[in-house]
Amino acid sequence: MYNRPRMQHTSKAHKKGVTLLQPKEYQQLVQENLPPRPVAKNMLWAFFVGGLLCLIGQVVLTIAQNFERTKNEAAAVTLAAMILLGTILTALGIYDEIAEKAGAGVAVPITGFANTVTSAAMEFRREGFLLGMGAKMFVIAGPVIVYGILSGFAVALIKSLVLGLL
Amino acid sequence: MGNRVGGKTLRFSREPRITSRYTLVGPMEGRGPYALDFSEILPDDSLGQKTAEKTERLMLELAIEKTLQQHGTKIQDLDFLIAGDLLNQITTSSLAASTHTAPFIGVYGACSTFAEALALGAVLLHGDFASQVLVGTASHYQTAERQFRYPIELNVQHLKTNQMTVTGAAAAILSYAERGPRITHATIGSVVDMGLKDPHDMGSAMAPAAFQTIKQHLADTNRTLGDYDIVLTGDLGKQGRKMLRLLLERDKFEGLERLQDGGSQIYGDKQSVGAGGSGAACVAVMTLGYALNCLDSAKAKRILVVATGALLSALTVLQGESIPCIAHAIALEQ
Repeated sequence: MYNRPRMQHTSKAHKKGVTLLQPKEYQQLVQENLPPRPVAKNMLWAFFVGGLLCLIGQVVLTIAQNFERTKNEAAAVTLAAMILLGTILTALGIYDEIAEKAGAGVAVPITGFANTVTSAAMEFRREGFLLGMGAKMFVIAGPVIVYGILSGFAVALIKSLVLGLL
Repeated sequence: MGNRVGGKTLRFSREPRITSRYTLVGPMEGRGPYALDFSEILPDDSLGQKTAEKTERLMLELAIEKTLQQHGTKIQDLDFLIAGDLLNQITTSSLAASTHTAPFIGVYGACSTFAEALALGAVLLHGDFASQVLVGTASHYQTAERQFRYPIELNVQHLKTNQMTVTGAAAAILSYAERGPRITHATIGSVVDMGLKDPHDMGSAMAPAAFQTIKQHLADTNRTLGDYDIVLTGDLGKQGRKMLRLLLERDKFEGLERLQDGGSQIYGDKQSVGAGGSGAACVAVMTLGYALNCLDSAKAKRILVVATGALLSALTVLQGESIPCIAHAIALEQ
């Protein structure tokens, strides 16, 4: 086990009676002086813009139900349409501008997921199709997929265990 | 060590001069209040290049080229080219230097790079190791964003403490010519780490470094803030500027009205950029553009530039390390 060497200058300075700024003290000072986060404003924006996205989704779903045989098929069409919308807005450079105001309102819906994939694809295209775009397209979306599958598996396991015991 | 005063400040008895300089900035910086101070405002932030990295390199090459032209110097007559930038392994500087034959010194000090380069250049001149040294730096919003943060188009809500990397480049030639602002002192800061870990608030992390270097410089030179017409901190941003003021007030420093901050001011108040600008180019264009113009037009006689840098990497942030910060001070006089 190795220990990192102690900071020399602080101990010396203390002997001389020089008061140096202490990390704990300064961290406290920073905490007290951080600008307030506009939580209420952010929530309102997120609520209305996120709601608008859901409304668009509902309109697409209602229309799609007229053409598709089952509700599931109509839902699939809706998801595809919303992903397309998110992708186009990202490619046009608009999605991140909306996100600046709406935050989670555009991050949580599936358009946000489309945005994470598209933005990474656009970003890493410069390093080539294979090791750039191909390898890094899911650099932001990856964790969502990994932990989505993992939690889905866990819930399914619990469900089958519980149902199995009943 | 006859050229050191106090504990840590270098005093140049023969004062090197900044005899030629060139600054270029991107369109957003051009919409700020200092548009007239910069030599050139670029029409867009790509300059027809395929990648932002290529644009950054081109900006640095242009700045170097134009500075040399102004000075009437050929690149082969340069004794040293000192440059640095924000990208991994300072590739922008190395690639830009690869088109030249001048001996190259690559430096890295994050956003404080330019002051580091200036100090090093001045030391080389003063030590009679060179007669003409070119220092330069560049940064680009898009290259820094992807390296330190997220893809440009990702749905991120920026915080009030977030800073925006300045798109721009700057270069200057140091020599013992007749005219030009003089570099009288340089205080090389030590690394200050207050244990802060938030990469979205680098201003707060850097403020103690600026504070310590200012304190050291004033103690070494036996001066006060009032002895400088402008004390231009590099890119603390609005949050860091606030923290620096608090620290100086606590220690009963006077003359805080002399404090200005390049990062907080470069974009003006109308553009929505969080806490302001940052990046290697920020303090460079503000020093060579704004500060030196103030000296030239006699609006200021003596200026202290305190360039600050947050020495973090994308990896150290993810590994939960705190942010080590640094600040270097350069005293300039007409």
